[in-house]
Amino acid sequence: MKKNKQMWLSIVACIMVYAAVQALITFDVIGPFWQLNIVLVCINIILAVSLNLINGFTGQFSIGHAGFMAVGAYVSAVLTVKFQFPFIIAILSGASAAGLLGFMIGLPTLRLDGDYLAIATLGLGEIIRITILNIPYVGGASGFMGIPRYTNFTWVFFLTVFTVLFIRNFINSTHGRACISVRENQIAAEAMGVDTTKYKVLAFTIGAAFAGVAGTLFAHYFYIAHPASFTFMKSFDILTIVVLGGLGSISGSITSAILLTFISAALADYPEWRMIIYSLMLIILMIYRPQGLFGNREVSLKFFGKLGGKKRGTTESN
Amino acid sequence: MALLKATKLSKEFGGLKAVSNFEVTIEKGELIGLIGPNGAGKTTAFNLLTGVYEPTTGEIELDGKSVVGLKPYQITQQGLARTFQNIRLFSELSVLDNVKIAYHFHVKYNILEAVLRMGRYHKEEAEIEKKAIELLEIFQLADKKDEIAKNLPYGDQRRLEIARALAAQPKLLLLDEPAAGMNPQETQELMKMIQWIKKEFNLTILLIEHDMNLVMNVCERIYVLEYGSIIAQGTPNEIKNNPRVIEAYLGEEVESC
Repeated sequence: MKKNKQMWLSIVACIMVYAAVQALITFDVIGPFWQLNIVLVCINIILAVSLNLINGFTGQFSIGHAGFMAVGAYVSAVLTVKFQFPFIIAILSGASAAGLLGFMIGLPTLRLDGDYLAIATLGLGEIIRITILNIPYVGGASGFMGIPRYTNFTWVFFLTVFTVLFIRNFINSTHGRACISVRENQIAAEAMGVDTTKYKVLAFTIGAAFAGVAGTLFAHYFYIAHPASFTFMKSFDILTIVVLGGLGSISGSITSAILLTFISAALADYPEWRMIIYSLMLIILMIYRPQGLFGNREVSLKFFGKLGGKKRGTTESN
Repeated sequence: MALLKATKLSKEFGGLKAVSNFEVTIEKGELIGLIGPNGAGKTTAFNLLTGVYEPTTGEIELDGKSVVGLKPYQITQQGLARTFQNIRLFSELSVLDNVKIAYHFHVKYNILEAVLRMGRYHKEEAEIEKKAIELLEIFQLADKKDEIAKNLPYGDQRRLEIARALAAQPKLLLLDEPAAGMNPQETQELMKMIQWIKKEFNLTILLIEHDMNLVMNVCERIYVLEYGSIIAQGTPNEIKNNPRVIEAYLGEEVESC
């Protein structure tokens, strides 16, 4: 238990945050508009952190994340609407379906590098969307309607925490280091005994599976799954969050998901200015912090601990 | 039995024969040098041995097992590690992480144990950390363990690359121009270090080097490569006096000036 102290501390902190927000929701301090945005923040965190595993940590530039999200959304919706399965099974199936697709697509496409992989994954996202568009069973172009609203703050919050912990623990293990070594230098990684193909596909599969989770939560919050929600623009939105937060920084992705979702919500009253201000901010940020808000560093409890330690150190020396 | 045995190895790039009839036999515990003029095919030979290229013809046996057609990472897992002529560190990572990655295929805990932080995870991670720091201490890099690899001075980067290769716990270590870009004093230290790690880690070493001083001083046996073929082999003294080697390096003697 002692070794896992940091992890347990973060879990306790998360439960406290959960209790606080849930209390505010129960006592109607947070209205439906901000509730919606809190759910969106959590879904965006799941999407951004999982895409960061692929793009930031493993260095495989993928822009088809919305496609995997769509797979999760539709597979889970079919299960809950047509077969009345419980939500938890729908989430697991949505994740598995997206993960499986990620695995099958990852094997051939991850032979490509850089721009070519980006184009291939972009195309992949569109193929998934167009395919769904042409399946009448799931509503085709008019969307899959009548999905029950199973998603609530509790579900999204704890699944977000689970995603972040999962990916953080994965990255801080030898398997995560293998992924990072692929990003840093593929030839050297091979020479050090790392099966680069395996780890590329593994990162892609895990990333896709969590996108499936996000898709499931998304569809079961808005009562509807519509192909127009999963265009390449959605993929770019997720990519923006990741790049803004910093490729290879989980805390960066979280901060940036919160920031961008709330900015977007705050500007909802000025629809004609919204995109201008939004893009201006991005441009300014990219000029002054091209590596993203956090670069590839992490902010953690340990970091704050270090700060505290240093302060104490200086007072002692004084 | 020879630790590494390459027979009739050749590699053609289109019409160019980069390496032909390359034959080396390395016994356990030897320190072998591979020399030759620029463009003789030394690095290509290394890339064949490490699986970066697949040979057009020929056979490579590592510890009695054929490694032809295996991927580089599989060959490393069979016990052959290497360094690169142009340093290839994981440049954005810390010195410690560079070494830790090389322990990767010795780690037994699986992804589930890693994610749940259970089972063998803590024990093995602690072990890796300890071993990595011990290794860095040997290479006088322990105090720089948290520095980003690309910020190290050149000589330190070279040493880190060797440390990282050793972390993979190889039987045979291939060094591709370890002294490239080093000043004479650094080269001297490197020479001592190579001999020392060979003894300490019970290693067999094959090295490519242009620095003749280093090669002649540390290698027990030398192979000379020219135009992709081995033209001579023997002890440093034999090589120094071999007319074919002198010819390869300095050109033919002109008759009666």
